[in-house]
Amino acid sequence: MLKVENINVYYGAIHAIQGISFEVHQGEIVTLIGANGAGKSTTLKTVSGQLRTRTGSITFMNENISRLDPYKIARKGLVQVPEGRKIFQKLSVEENLFIGGYTRERAEIEATMNDVYQRFPRLKERRRQVAGTLSGGEQQMLAIGRALMSKPRLIMLDEPSMGLAPLLVSQIFSIIRELKDTGVTILLVEQNARMALRIADRAYVLETGRVKLSDSADALLNNDEVQKAYLGG
Amino acid sequence: MAFLSHLIYGLQLGTIYALVALGYSMVYGIIRLINFAHGDIIMVASFVVWYLIARLNVPVWLSILICVAFTSLLGVAIEKLAYKPLRHSARISLLITAIGISFFLQNAAQLIFGADPVMFENLFPGNLSLGALTVSRVSVIIICVSIVLMIALVLLVNKTRMGRAMRAVSEDESTAALMGINVNTTISFAFALGSALAAVAAILYSCAYTQISPTMGGMLGLKAFVAAVLGGIGSIPGAMLGGILIGICETLTKAYISSSFADAIVFGILIVVLIIRPSGLLGVKTKEKV
Repeated sequence: MLKVENINVYYGAIHAIQGISFEVHQGEIVTLIGANGAGKSTTLKTVSGQLRTRTGSITFMNENISRLDPYKIARKGLVQVPEGRKIFQKLSVEENLFIGGYTRERAEIEATMNDVYQRFPRLKERRRQVAGTLSGGEQQMLAIGRALMSKPRLIMLDEPSMGLAPLLVSQIFSIIRELKDTGVTILLVEQNARMALRIADRAYVLETGRVKLSDSADALLNNDEVQKAYLGG
Repeated sequence: MAFLSHLIYGLQLGTIYALVALGYSMVYGIIRLINFAHGDIIMVASFVVWYLIARLNVPVWLSILICVAFTSLLGVAIEKLAYKPLRHSARISLLITAIGISFFLQNAAQLIFGADPVMFENLFPGNLSLGALTVSRVSVIIICVSIVLMIALVLLVNKTRMGRAMRAVSEDESTAALMGINVNTTISFAFALGSALAAVAAILYSCAYTQISPTMGGMLGLKAFVAAVLGGIGSIPGAMLGGILIGICETLTKAYISSSFADAIVFGILIVVLIIRPSGLLGVKTKEKV
């Protein structure tokens, strides 16, 4: 479904992504794990079009998207939930959801909005509230709900557990798990490698801009090297 | 009775300031630029409608339509040619470019129409009597048209898809793009809308004051800018409130204190507001994001 081949991304003179390749198949949860600065978020931003690769290609549903503007990529059903949630603080909860469904017809949006409210009853309670007043966990739910509004084929989640209390972290991960069951394909970037590997089908371990290891998530959970470096022994 | 009629003239001037201030505020809200060419866009609109009616004998309603369409396109073209290439460079480059565009429009108009003021025939002559009070028809039209447009704008910004997109882009451009919003189109739309309001303001202003000149945009634009800052730049209700307050202040000063002090008082208000409440009456204090 998504095929990233040999991308190289630079921040000025810094060679941040050095020839990364990976694939996400329909219906999978794939996770990219690795330390700070390994290039996980940079990779997602490149797939969503916010950064450009100098080489290689990014293919989504058999189409090369590596030169498309971010809004065109989003319209193809490849939606990113950005790091730090980035909800529209000044808009109401419901307006945030409307923005999520921006590319769709009004009539279709209503049904999806009901689905989102069913999944996140808390958002429904607060739908008239300004989004900036939500708690961190609620903001993450809103960010995910907003992405669902576009009926995406593939959702890319960038550090969804960042800054959340442990209880909320497991709640967010079980939501991601449930999303998979509804048929959405998921590309997950996480610092919390253990949680990510538990729900993922396959994983890639990034280190200083390269793919160091790739395997099924179960195999990586039991891999000595991974345990030592990312799972705290 | 005299006070009431001064108040109506204040409201007439104030609603025109408000229409112009909305253009400043919308553009500032979306790309953080004080568009100093906005006043000169008004001047261009006045000359366009004057030329169509007085020189080409185009029917009034058609001239108004053409003028609004032309002015919107002009606003969009200025954004595309002059501001868009600088969108990611230093804020000051953008500001200086806006001042450059302002000079360009003024001088182009002088070249085409000459530097002397031109008489503009009031399209809505005559008076109306409301009880004991007699007001000019043009005042009533200005106040009504402006209020209707302001209500329409508020509905558009708050209730429509494009309005929501504008607010999303104004808050966070790159996240808005991740939602599938075409940021360039949204910015163009804001410029078109601001310029269309400026065109209407230009026609109404020219009818009321019956004289237009290539430099007319300077003072009008500056006062509307003061209005936008007074109300809180970036805030749409703020621009409306600021415009009406400035218009009434100016008119009452002229009537009861001194006409030569009116401008000094308007700009004095700006200074006081900037000292006491830098974010304006309805503006929100912006915190730097961490």
